[in-house]
Amino acid sequence: MRHRELGLTDAEYELIVAKLGREPGHVELAMFSLMWSEHCAYKHSKKLLRRLPTEGPHVLLGPGENAGVVDVGGGIAVAFKVESHNHPSAVEPFQGAATGVGGILRDVFAVGARPIAVLDSLRFGEPATSARSRFLLERAVAGIGHYGNSIGVATVGGEIYFESSYEQNCLINAMCLGLAPRERLIRSAAAGPGNVLVLLGALTGRDGIGGASVLASAELGEADDAKRPSVQIGDPFAEKKLLECSLELLDRRLLVSLQDLGAAGLTSSSAEMASKGEVGLDIDVAKVPLREPGMESFEIMISESQERMLGVVEPDRVAEVLAVCERWETLATPIGEVTAGAELRVLRGETVEAEIPVAALVDDCPLYDLDPAAPDRPLYAAPPPLLHGGETPDELLLALLASANIASRRPVFEQYDCIVQSRTVRRPDAADAAVLDLGRGAIAVSIDGNGRRVAGDPRRGAAEVVFECAANLACVGAEPLGLTNCLNFGNPEKPHVAWQLTEAVEGLAEACEALTIPVVGGNVSLYNEAPTGPIFPTPVVGMVGKLPDAARAGRLGLAHEGDAIAIVGSFTPGLACSELAKLRGAAPEGPLPDLDRASAAATHAAVREAVRSGALASAHDVAEGGLAVALAEACLAGGLGAEVALAGEGGDAELFGEAPGRAFIVSGAEAALRGAALPGLRVIGRVGGDALELSAGAVQFKVALSELRAAREGGLVQFA
Amino acid sequence: MKFGIVRFPGSCDDVDALLAAERVGEAAMLWHAERDLQDVDAVIVPGGFSYGDYLRAGAIARFAPVMEEVAEFARAGGLVLGICNGFQVLCEAGLLPGALLPNVSLRFICRQVGLEVVRSDTAFTCAATAGSRLSIPVKHTTGRFYAPEAELDRLQAAGQVLLRYAPAQNPNGSARDIAGVANEAGNVFGLMPHPEHAVDPLTGSADGLTIFESMRAQVADRISV
Repeated sequence: MRHRELGLTDAEYELIVAKLGREPGHVELAMFSLMWSEHCAYKHSKKLLRRLPTEGPHVLLGPGENAGVVDVGGGIAVAFKVESHNHPSAVEPFQGAATGVGGILRDVFAVGARPIAVLDSLRFGEPATSARSRFLLERAVAGIGHYGNSIGVATVGGEIYFESSYEQNCLINAMCLGLAPRERLIRSAAAGPGNVLVLLGALTGRDGIGGASVLASAELGEADDAKRPSVQIGDPFAEKKLLECSLELLDRRLLVSLQDLGAAGLTSSSAEMASKGEVGLDIDVAKVPLREPGMESFEIMISESQERMLGVVEPDRVAEVLAVCERWETLATPIGEVTAGAELRVLRGETVEAEIPVAALVDDCPLYDLDPAAPDRPLYAAPPPLLHGGETPDELLLALLASANIASRRPVFEQYDCIVQSRTVRRPDAADAAVLDLGRGAIAVSIDGNGRRVAGDPRRGAAEVVFECAANLACVGAEPLGLTNCLNFGNPEKPHVAWQLTEAVEGLAEACEALTIPVVGGNVSLYNEAPTGPIFPTPVVGMVGKLPDAARAGRLGLAHEGDAIAIVGSFTPGLACSELAKLRGAAPEGPLPDLDRASAAATHAAVREAVRSGALASAHDVAEGGLAVALAEACLAGGLGAEVALAGEGGDAELFGEAPGRAFIVSGAEAALRGAALPGLRVIGRVGGDALELSAGAVQFKVALSELRAAREGGLVQFA
Repeated sequence: MKFGIVRFPGSCDDVDALLAAERVGEAAMLWHAERDLQDVDAVIVPGGFSYGDYLRAGAIARFAPVMEEVAEFARAGGLVLGICNGFQVLCEAGLLPGALLPNVSLRFICRQVGLEVVRSDTAFTCAATAGSRLSIPVKHTTGRFYAPEAELDRLQAAGQVLLRYAPAQNPNGSARDIAGVANEAGNVFGLMPHPEHAVDPLTGSADGLTIFESMRAQVADRISV
């Protein structure tokens, strides 16, 4: 049964026959198999995603376009989106990660925005014990750098976690944001029967044939080497030219619409354009420039060759379009036209190879209800303990700073160009969010997603992801405008994964509502599952905000000797799902500490205002590793010590417990702090010296900055 | 004072160089396929990955039509500044001595580094003070300056080394910590660090401006003579 080999169920096949009124032909079946794959049709997640709020006063383009777009004022729009490239990267990490970056860049310039920044969210197995994970880390980071550095887009931030659940299924999520004058924004809807379909960019080859269905929509198993030809190869130079060429075409108003070619290649891009424009399209595959001879029609229609775009052009502008493309040494070929019908027709010269109602391809894929059920036993094994009890608090602090999840990311981010395009006001490690200058005002961006906490408590853990991202923006003085998310989960057909997904989406939605942040786009990556079980449920959130004055963007490092240090916000940190619990060998189990969404939202707003007013010399959210780690990070970033006395008894939960997104460590002149209307302000110490000196109850320790730095800087460098 | 910035397909820091140059004078883009230098007073060959640099950094760009004019301009004494990929291109074109090899780490490195100004009596450093230190970022995979020992001796003796990495801050293994060298005549200069990314304290440092200011002063001198 050919349809089963292509990943379609018998029932889906019957539905296709019913929609066509006949058996599908060879090319048609290939097209359906991709358009009806999980990757393209979101058939297990679409219903759930309707729960997420998508509207807000700043939203210009919401979900469904190539990228979401928000208004930052002054006639400027910011487009952004995060997308996964997990399965290809697990098979071939360098090209998988590189083309993940290439794909998300195209999504952003497809709406008319110039890409200005990339961020990455990466997950691997434990580097200390897994050679495979060290290999994936090294090659994926190299691939991201290769593409982003070569194309001249700054990689300004990101995050990495290491957990054994990602051993087989690493996660590579890439986010891009771009800038556009509002009038340059363009949609992907095809329009105007008689208009010409022009294919821009690279030659079409056999690479990535069936990637969306083969790689992205099934679990990885043994013998994945055989899938390696399904991974695309990236060419950042070709994309650089395609990018400049596309933006020039848009500046000259030569395009009616534009769409990038991603998963499922020509099939998906043309079907989406036709569907949105409620028109038909004729494509002549004989006109598509090929990289290798003898390609069959279905191969041309589903090839995932990179660095291609599809534009709709009025007939009398085609010559001008081709001239612009020639100057940029970018191939441009008319391959078809917009029709008044409702069919997507694939022709080879005079022969009709496929004729499918657009709606059948795009809208009629069955959507499945999930069958969620909370697991009756723990889903994830406890990690091997690295701490064995009896450590003193200062030893615990050093162990946390050196742990793979908390240690300095310098060995990674130094491999990325974070400054090209001259906008980067806050580089990695300088603040909790990256800050990019726009001339008038600035934007801030952060990406986050602690899967271990979501594993322990999917609803609250997912809400925490949104709150932590928003807290990062507050620390630089930015007000959130919108977010994009990538939902990385296991096999949704399994009830416990369906439960994780349902709970997590609910948590995301509740958090977005509390903070009034719309979701403007995103991506879902399911079936991240190996024979050993699913990955930690990992909703990754990328958030964009704006601030009025780049010169006042907040920093995380302590700034002046003698400044007061304070905690802001109300929180009750706990050890459940914390880094300390992990180092002690605890499985990720909830419940997580209470999250008072209204109180946390008010705290964020107050910190944001205090940063903008200049009352705070530094601000840092309390996240992995708790208060002690946050203090150490603030000391190291500023190169200044601190003397701190906490109010409690100095228990592990007080020092190292976690409750991200709720509380901040800030510093500044004491009068300024007290005058800034910060909720729950507790002054806990002073900036000064060259050590972190901490006391709480009977606990008292003093660790030199040099010792803290050695621990933090040394944690990852041995693996990366 | 008008700077011209060469734009190859694959140039990435071309706009950055243009913006930096505009802080001290006028600036215009020079298209790789055209031979017109638009009567500029100085040429900047910017950073990036010209023509993808899939062969060897700068190896294709030196054959671009615009480069014939740049070489002619340099022979006539015009000021030419090569930054990062531009340095690589000028070495490939034979306008600067030495070569740039892959970093010792074999990795791309993006880092703010300290540079020591070796000489301040040159067209590219006259606005700086000899012995002073500049904070300027590097970002490259192929930035390890190499020349045979005898050639290095000769370069030093002839005063062609204008910038060095500060002690313990050599990011790539460059011979004798060399960060930037000039040709014998002193009118062509290449460096791996990116002065165009150090022109505003807001984005990290303004120390790189001194290179562009030096060039402006040099051109102004020449015009006034």
